[in-house]
Amino acid sequence: MANTREIRRRIKSVKNTAQITKAMQMVAASKMRRAQQAALAGREYARLLNEVLVSLRERVEEGAHPLLVERPIKRELVLVLATDKGLCGALNTNLLREASQFKTDTVRYVASGRKAVQYLARTKRDLLADFELKDAPGFAETKRIAKFCVEKFLDGEVDKVTVVYTHFVNTLTQKATVRTLLPISAVELHGGKTPVADEAQKVNSSGFIFEPNAEQVLDAVLPQFVNFQIYQMVLDARASEHSARMVAMKSATDNAKQLVKDLTLEYNKVRQAAITTELLEITTAQMAVGG
Amino acid sequence: MPTLRLEIVTPDAKTFSEDVDMVTMPGADGELGILPLHAPLMTQLKPGELRISKGGKETVLAVGDGFAEVLPHRVSILTDLAVTEHDIDEAAVQSALERAQAAKANKDLGSEEQATVEAAIAKSLAQLHVKRRRRSA
Repeated sequence: MANTREIRRRIKSVKNTAQITKAMQMVAASKMRRAQQAALAGREYARLLNEVLVSLRERVEEGAHPLLVERPIKRELVLVLATDKGLCGALNTNLLREASQFKTDTVRYVASGRKAVQYLARTKRDLLADFELKDAPGFAETKRIAKFCVEKFLDGEVDKVTVVYTHFVNTLTQKATVRTLLPISAVELHGGKTPVADEAQKVNSSGFIFEPNAEQVLDAVLPQFVNFQIYQMVLDARASEHSARMVAMKSATDNAKQLVKDLTLEYNKVRQAAITTELLEITTAQMAVGG
Repeated sequence: MPTLRLEIVTPDAKTFSEDVDMVTMPGADGELGILPLHAPLMTQLKPGELRISKGGKETVLAVGDGFAEVLPHRVSILTDLAVTEHDIDEAAVQSALERAQAAKANKDLGSEEQATVEAAIAKSLAQLHVKRRRRSA
């Protein structure tokens, strides 16, 4: 049976751990609130931009803009949005499992987040670039990523750009998601469903007016769409990270507290046993002397 | 009488969503007045003033760069800025304008930064314009 001093030492160390995880939980919780707000605030804009693009996509031919052209896929670019730090549960594991499902020989990677960079280096993938992002990423920062991807696509270096990121559903649920960024396809805009007819589609293409003209509008809308998509995905990834960390740290704290409870019980038992043995010894000795 | 469902969103929030009688917005080629049952239209917006009339009352907003999609019964406006005249903080905008102009004077900017600064100036001017015009009227 473990002695009392040993158990006491363990209780102390577990208590310390609980204190640290508790502090991390608090920090994550406050960051989470901000990140979630940012991610959810952008949803409406993303939805409407998507709608506008859907109706636009149906009114122009595929060749109308280089970003819309679908080419046979020879090489693919995958953008992985992971976290810089660990201790956020299974978030990165799930994400990187999705990221590793691409065929190695035709795929090149772009990463954001140290965890993704480390993983891709370890598995010897072809990593083209990695982008560091601040904790509260700004639109200008994510624009650099978008610019890089768009350039690679337009140069013909890659024929498809895919993003792997963690979609934020709610505090308890985050979903590792794979989405096609370029070329901008009608199917992807509809969220994977086949287009349904609505008011917007009944208007035939000849009646649609573009101001100043179709090319200029597309030139402005499409890059903005790509920029904003990446921005929104980064926000989602951040919100997911902080939520996952908050939950992971909360369960760590709870576990530590449970462990302290168990150890305290164990400690008391051992102490009680020691006292009983001691008493027994004294009584036995007395009886031996007296008898 | 038919109305228009007007939706204005910015990346930060949904600013406006209501049925209105008429919208006047700053298009790339000049001002556009949109009434219900307008022909379908897609346009770029430049920073300027957006007027909404509803039941004889007029609301004025300052908007930034963006796009608008016009359908017979719906107008969707996507912009990076949309504030009502009432919410414009003139002093803050003025100082933002001065900062942007100082940045513009700094010659060694990349083309990307140059464009950002230009956009900031245009946005600030649009806000000031909206605020000041109302006061003199």
